Amino acid sequence: WPYCRKRCSYCNFNTYVVPAVDEAAVRACLVREAQTLLRLSQVHSVSSVFFGGGTPSLASPGTVAAVLEAVAAAAHLPAGAEVTLEANPSSTSTSRLAGFRAAGVNRLSIGVQSLDDAELRMLGREHTAAEARKAVEAAQGLFPGRTSIDLLFGLPGQSRDAWAQRLEAALGLCDDHISLYQLTLERGTALAAQVRRGALPAPPQDLLADMYQTARTVLPAAGFRHYEVSNFAQKGALSTHNLSYWRADQYIGVGPGAHGRFVPWGEGGCSREARVQTLDPVAWMREVQSQGHGTRSRAVLSPLEQLEELLTLGLRTDEGVTHERWGHFSPQLSLQAVFGAPGEARALQQQGWLVLDSGGLRCTWAGLAVLDSLLPDLLWQLQR
Amino acid sequence: QEKLDMSTYPVENIRNFSIIAHVDHGKSTLADRLLEITGTISKTDRNKQVLDKLQVERERGITVKAQSASLFYNHEGINYLLNLIDTPGHVDFSYEVSRSLSACQGVILVVDANEGIQAQTVANFYLAFEAQLSIIPVINKIDLKNADPERVEKQIEKLFDIPTDECIRISAKQGTNVEKVLQKVIEKIPPPQCSTADPLKALVFDSTFDHYRGVVANVALFGGEIAKGHKIVSAHTKKRYEVNEVGILTPDEQPIHKLYAGQVGYLIAGMKEVAEAQIGDTLFLYKQPVEPLPGFKSAKPMVFAGMYPIDQTEYNNLKSALERLTLNDSSVTVHRDSSLALGAGWRLGFLGLLHMEVFNQRLEQEYNMSVILTAPTVPYKAVLSSAKLIKEYGKDQITIINPAQFPDKLSVSEYLEPTVLGTIVTPHEYIGKIITLCQDRRAVQKDMLYIDENRVMLKYLFPLNEIVVDFYDALKSLSSGYASFDYEDAGYQSADLIKMDILLNGNPVEELATIIHSDKAHAAGKLLCERLKETIPRQLFEIAIQAAIGKKIIARETLKAYRKNVVAKCYGGDITRRMKLLKRQAEGKRLMRKIGNVEVPRDAFIRVLKRETDK
Repeated sequence: WPYCRKRCSYCNFNTYVVPAVDEAAVRACLVREAQTLLRLSQVHSVSSVFFGGGTPSLASPGTVAAVLEAVAAAAHLPAGAEVTLEANPSSTSTSRLAGFRAAGVNRLSIGVQSLDDAELRMLGREHTAAEARKAVEAAQGLFPGRTSIDLLFGLPGQSRDAWAQRLEAALGLCDDHISLYQLTLERGTALAAQVRRGALPAPPQDLLADMYQTARTVLPAAGFRHYEVSNFAQKGALSTHNLSYWRADQYIGVGPGAHGRFVPWGEGGCSREARVQTLDPVAWMREVQSQGHGTRSRAVLSPLEQLEELLTLGLRTDEGVTHERWGHFSPQLSLQAVFGAPGEARALQQQGWLVLDSGGLRCTWAGLAVLDSLLPDLLWQLQR
Repeated sequence: QEKLDMSTYPVENIRNFSIIAHVDHGKSTLADRLLEITGTISKTDRNKQVLDKLQVERERGITVKAQSASLFYNHEGINYLLNLIDTPGHVDFSYEVSRSLSACQGVILVVDANEGIQAQTVANFYLAFEAQLSIIPVINKIDLKNADPERVEKQIEKLFDIPTDECIRISAKQGTNVEKVLQKVIEKIPPPQCSTADPLKALVFDSTFDHYRGVVANVALFGGEIAKGHKIVSAHTKKRYEVNEVGILTPDEQPIHKLYAGQVGYLIAGMKEVAEAQIGDTLFLYKQPVEPLPGFKSAKPMVFAGMYPIDQTEYNNLKSALERLTLNDSSVTVHRDSSLALGAGWRLGFLGLLHMEVFNQRLEQEYNMSVILTAPTVPYKAVLSSAKLIKEYGKDQITIINPAQFPDKLSVSEYLEPTVLGTIVTPHEYIGKIITLCQDRRAVQKDMLYIDENRVMLKYLFPLNEIVVDFYDALKSLSSGYASFDYEDAGYQSADLIKMDILLNGNPVEELATIIHSDKAHAAGKLLCERLKETIPRQLFEIAIQAAIGKKIIARETLKAYRKNVVAKCYGGDITRRMKLLKRQAEGKRLMRKIGNVEVPRDAFIRVLKRETDK
């Protein structure tokens, strides 16, 4: 759902603020595109659905229901499949949430971002900390054990202590899943401009490193499993949908700017493709109406490219890349053959950043924090 | 096509002159106008720096190579042959200027009506004065708002002792009074004193290389005559040649039958390299040797830089590019050199920093080559005291141009560094800052004098290496661009030199080693370490960047290790972008240099060494 009521100061997503949305038209296009792409991919069974954006909680439950119905009609959507909706605290009244649940949503991800009013204002968010708390509580009531909150750290001017406090507050409030993101100052955003101008301080590298260390120490101590760079879950409440990105499973992206990775058997394709839907909603709708889907670009991924993606994404998880998963993409060349021989991976193992064993290839606790320094070496080794 | 008969221009109707000026005072524009007025080129708007043929000259607005043009002008019923010899204005090329001047009997001294006398105005004036040439002062750009010709005339009178009423006020851009300049040239500059009856004596004041015809030598005849078929000899190389073609430049080559004493033109005689026709050389007829013209000297390089291909696979390409480029520039000296770190390359000698930069730019523009340039060095000398080394080199005094060759203090009785005498002309409000700058560069003041109520001329003796890289820019910067600078070779002086190494985690970085005066070592070392810290990317371990003299560490910076380097979000929409970036980084790894366990991007050194003068 590519629409928001306003753009937050740090956001550079493909989202649009418009005075009025023709919901019926958008809904029809989402439905149509979902049908078309499902048919193209010849997928039998859908394991999870994720409603992202924009602010999906601004759409009506009716739209969500329509899309889910279309998916269930075109493929098998098991009863227990994870269906997540991203929501803003300012559009999550209990009655609205109940509507979404009735439509088929069974997991909620709330964009809390911060539990401090001053910080929320700096981020340009529409809600207060109190409103965020209420939203989380309401969600937990309707989706117990299946509510997640998003938090940002490393905000300009945020101190180590302030972050520690936020974490405490979040722990007291949250359900079974937390996503913690270091704020990235993206070019072109209002917040980045403020920092560049000097109106706001740029957070020092060491501080950011400390904050991350704090988070990944405090949360596991409270019983959360740090299962991906930015994601923590307790009682097994991992996000099935996101895991499928990091395991390089197949996924279909529906809607403006959505991304997909699947094999278009229905068109006679036989290789996994990277696909992106048209970004602009108006253009996207036109294309969906005339051709059934608004795919802006598609590129076949070579076997090497598929392995590169698997490696880059898999290493972000605590499970890493298993031998089995690797074998699925590379039946001839095993993980051991590529990374077990003397070379970059071996050196990184010796230095304590990586582990290669019967479980597969994964980062150590220390290695995960500097994964992006390890990846170029590993990619180079893989390419050779 | 009928060839011109140059015999219709007897010596008394010939004028050989040059235009001298400080940079940007309008030398080339005046030359353009003169060419137009005499009908040598047609009058169009597109005549801009007509004599500057090189792309780099036009882009930078400078003249690098001297060109000449023969102009024909009728004045009061007589047909005159006016030979204009264009000269490079830049300080690096003062030798070329002096050789061009020796082919003239007079000069037009151009001074900007607003800027007034600047350092090169002075330097060029003295060159002309010492050569005993007639000087016609011309005040240019009178069309501009801030022009003050009266003030400039007074400067000229005070500094050069030329009466104010001899100055001609012009606007070369608009053409105002330019014809008067031509007339003055005829009236005031004497004809050459020579005779066609004398044996041939030709001065080579420039040469270029043409792929089809070989070396084209620009010559001025001081006696005799020359034509196709004549056999000539070079006084310097003693080699013999047969003349294939003679001609004049208008400004393009125009072949003629014969060139006579007092005239200026070109000849082609089967020479294969410009080294065979060196600037300042004398040519004479076979079996009729003459006293060579005075003042000839081989080009003396003032600045050296190591030049290496980015990758050793490019070595041969760079080699042939260098060969072709130096065909047309005999003042660049080339020695093969090699570095443990960068592989096989060269150490090139240039007349100055501008010369080096122009050369590098031509390499990129004309030959599409990007290279690694190492720290510019100057030719230091060492007086050896070690019997072993004296035997090895075959002499007791050696010139050091590569830091790797620097002999240890124990083997040396004295180190010497080259010096220059620099002239700075500045408005008086900047004197204090400039004096501080010069003192900072270990310079010794030799003279200071007011050339008018506002301007001061300072003369300082500088160690050459102190001005070679960024002195000029610093001077310009602290004087808001008003100060000007010129310098000339002033021999060697004793110096307390040391070799400074740069280490990364204890491993030396060869291409950053420099020879430096001990007074400056700490500051330079610190600066280099700081620069490196900014250019080397952070790695998974800490990096100690140190400057050392022998075993003693004199400066240090620490580059901390990465503690967090992983992108926060990586979901469906982020993946493609992430992969692109990571793959670029993986590519970049291939081009990294590894010094010990530290990965350094190839251009880190260039960025560190180039300092603020990179363009």
